[in-house]
Amino acid sequence: MKWDEFFVTGEPMIYAAMVAIALTSIGIVAGLTYFKKWGYLWREWLTTVDHKRIGVMYIISALLMLFRGGVDALMMRAQTAAPDMKFLDAQHYNEVFTTHGLIMILFMAMPFIFGLMNVVVPLQIGARDVAFPRLNAISFWMFFFGAMLLNLSFVIGGSPDAGWSAYFPLASKEFSPSVGNNYYAIALQISGIGTLMTGINFLVTILRMRAPGLELMRMPMFTWSTLITSVIITFAFPVLTIALLLMTFDRLFDSQFFTMANGGMDMLWANLFWIWGHPEVYIVILPAFGIYSDIISTFSKKNLYGYKSMVVSMLAISLLSFVVWAHHFYTMGQGVMVNGFFSIATMAIAVPTGVKIFNWLFTLRKGRISFTTPMLYAMAFIPIFTIGGLTGVMLAMASADYHYHNTMFLVAHFHYVLIPGAVFAVIAGFHYWFPKVFGFRLNEKLGKLAFWLIVVCFNITFFPLFLLGLKGMTRRMYTYSAETGFGPLNFVSFLGALGLAAGFVVLVYNIYWSIRYSPRETTGDPWDARTLEWATHSPIPPYNFAEIPNVKTRDAFWFSKIDKNLPIFSGKLEPIHLPSNTGKPFVLGLAFFFLGFFLVFSLWTPAIIAGLAVLAIMAAMSFDRDHGIIIPVEEIRATEKKLRGESI
Amino acid sequence: MKKRGPLFVMFLALAALLTGCGDSFVVLNPKGPQARTLSDTIVFSILMMVLILIVVYVLYIIMLVKYRAKKSNENYIPPYEEGSKWLEVIWTAIPIVIVIILSVVTVRTTNAVEKIPEGYQNQQPLVIYASSSNWKWHFSYPEEGIETVNYVNFPVNRPIEFRLYSFGPITSFWIPQLAGQKYAMSGMITKLNLVAEIPGSYMGKNTNFSGEGFAHMEFEAQGMSQKDYDDWAKKVKANEPKLTEAKFKELLKTAHVGRQSYSTNHLAFSPAPEDMSAGSMHDSGGNMGNMGNMHEHSSPASSDRTELGVSPNVSPTAMPEAMSPAASAAP
Repeated sequence: MKWDEFFVTGEPMIYAAMVAIALTSIGIVAGLTYFKKWGYLWREWLTTVDHKRIGVMYIISALLMLFRGGVDALMMRAQTAAPDMKFLDAQHYNEVFTTHGLIMILFMAMPFIFGLMNVVVPLQIGARDVAFPRLNAISFWMFFFGAMLLNLSFVIGGSPDAGWSAYFPLASKEFSPSVGNNYYAIALQISGIGTLMTGINFLVTILRMRAPGLELMRMPMFTWSTLITSVIITFAFPVLTIALLLMTFDRLFDSQFFTMANGGMDMLWANLFWIWGHPEVYIVILPAFGIYSDIISTFSKKNLYGYKSMVVSMLAISLLSFVVWAHHFYTMGQGVMVNGFFSIATMAIAVPTGVKIFNWLFTLRKGRISFTTPMLYAMAFIPIFTIGGLTGVMLAMASADYHYHNTMFLVAHFHYVLIPGAVFAVIAGFHYWFPKVFGFRLNEKLGKLAFWLIVVCFNITFFPLFLLGLKGMTRRMYTYSAETGFGPLNFVSFLGALGLAAGFVVLVYNIYWSIRYSPRETTGDPWDARTLEWATHSPIPPYNFAEIPNVKTRDAFWFSKIDKNLPIFSGKLEPIHLPSNTGKPFVLGLAFFFLGFFLVFSLWTPAIIAGLAVLAIMAAMSFDRDHGIIIPVEEIRATEKKLRGESI
Repeated sequence: MKKRGPLFVMFLALAALLTGCGDSFVVLNPKGPQARTLSDTIVFSILMMVLILIVVYVLYIIMLVKYRAKKSNENYIPPYEEGSKWLEVIWTAIPIVIVIILSVVTVRTTNAVEKIPEGYQNQQPLVIYASSSNWKWHFSYPEEGIETVNYVNFPVNRPIEFRLYSFGPITSFWIPQLAGQKYAMSGMITKLNLVAEIPGSYMGKNTNFSGEGFAHMEFEAQGMSQKDYDDWAKKVKANEPKLTEAKFKELLKTAHVGRQSYSTNHLAFSPAPEDMSAGSMHDSGGNMGNMGNMHEHSSPASSDRTELGVSPNVSPTAMPEAMSPAASAAP
């Protein structure tokens, strides 16, 4: 293979990206060396099995990916801002919208949610860590290196270019001969296995590790949503694993599962993809529902209205999410019976979702609502997500979908669902739980400025797309002529996208500003909140709770604050058992990265060596005799005193 | 108050929509019965959704205005509320009723647009094969024995049956002012029924991303009077070159071409995939809604297809392909 085939060449923007990547890497290495932080990085982060630190690493990666996916989005909006733009060519545009979709869903929304789950769920159930801390570290490093592998495609070999749904036969070797879709198959496989393990991990954690008295029906709503999400992950991700495996065989070994010849069926891919793909949407949206429930309840100073129906509606959504996949291709010609079934199943999801909306509204009723930054995002979510949901019902009608399918109307719809449903939620959760992890709040003024920029510009960006869809503009068009009349609305959308970008810049600046200047808080409960995670110190000690809380009610922490007869701690300390750090998950992730990279380029000998390395590390982990560490009572007492601000 | 932004934009947009600001909203500017059914469905669903939206927004604004933290209610302690059985029953039941109404509308309209439109069922449909290849559309007329590329002409007020398939990636065939879209896939046929009631030129396109040249994969669909159509077809038959196998293979390989016309079609040497195993399974599913429809077509070459068996009302006149080159050339 020649070098000019290996590196992507001939595009000034790609050279710029290469230079940027090289400079950033050199900067990081130089910085770490200069400040002598290599040891710190390895000991405290790369080898950690602490759920809180893993959560933080997920969130940092997600923010980086948000930047990457956001730049993709800006490039797309710039290219379509006016008719016949020459900013990107067709091939580059196709790669950009493909990676935008992949990165935003799989490497931004999902890890951001996993980050919050990791930080919060063990605390909300009064546990010391997740059920399988080392598996948790493996999950993270699999996700991380999967994401890095996909991002590498931008400069080495070329990115996938067949859409994030990678429909066959377009994504087959015949029509997409570059290695781009090899990256797709293998990078998603690596991070997907990590996700599957996360699902199993949290399922077991929530079922087995709850504090005494924390019955299922007393759990905070975010924990409930995580439990249900974990079930969806456990059932949906194996489908992706198999679909990607078949795709890998088709692309690397010339099998014929999805090709046009020898009995291959291209629609089989579409079916498998969406059997995973639709539940995937709920994997990012249900935890968001949980985040909003907790935030709305906290800032209305009220318990969640209709707790039971909130749980039942989430269960209903999770079941329905598995029987609606064909609504992604009503136009495949299945006929009235099949389309009718999937239409009705899809519209049925509106019922439990509506129940949730009304329960949130009635949680606000008779409350005392304070509009903090997290609450503002939750309050923006309700009206915007309602538009997204209702247009979803419109799209669910098979007949009408014959017109909406593949148009900008669809694009507008899913951004109206996913941005308030997932992005606003993770930002809200980020602002809400930030003081828990770091011990100080993000600045409210900057937070609100970012909020208004993001919410207003979101509507300016995406509402015009509904209208463009009705005008007949299809998605994934890299250009259009002036006669189509698509120009003005696209330009409005571009301006909105710039504003949206400005909002995210303010958000990131707020993190920097708050790290430097925000006053440190001492209570551990800055929002006067209701659930167990606020019962411990901020920042959180490694063992979470000096003593495992004892739960007697829902919102146990809240009731322990207002009723002295419902204490959650008795004051008796015992030695604490914690898992010890290990570098093997990181090394395993690295080995998977090299295995993936060599498979992408069909370099068999190195791939076999990397594969053997993967097996060797797994074997080493299996025979690891490490029983963790015991923290004696004396040390706990000292730590607690220090965290309370008392002198030792 | 808070969040008036989306509400305001929504109303502006709706006002623009409902006053029909221009005919540029092609989806809401139908020129045939199928597209009219879809446009009516869309407008109905928009109105229904706006009603729901208003209910939610009114409740939302009341809650935010009335229960926000103020200096005056500093000592107010919100009550503990478990929920309300009756309220929860109400806001479960009403959405269920709405979903039932929408389901009935959906199934009825889906059924209607999959069939030959109401009022045209006594006419024999004109069959046109529309096939896609990177990145162009081929239209083969078995009845006239001609073929065009990137434009299609047909008579108005006559049912047209497009039979769609692809020589490559999945594409989606869409003439928004005449009918909804349907996928064209390799190795099988999907069918799209439409009628144009007003003569004119309509934009047609592929909506399903199919690679580098996708953005330019448009064609012109022209509805014309029966006489104009017959004249045009005769002219093509008499004046245009033959489409040879070699020429067609070369055409398939070319990325983009302009309009072309041929006096013969490719069905003779490259028949449409009407009875491939994967395709016929798929196809029979596609015809489930058409079972009651008397115009089930089948070529003699595929007389073993089950559709014949389940539609005993097939009239001999509804089998135009029997005379078509496609049928005679099929093995």
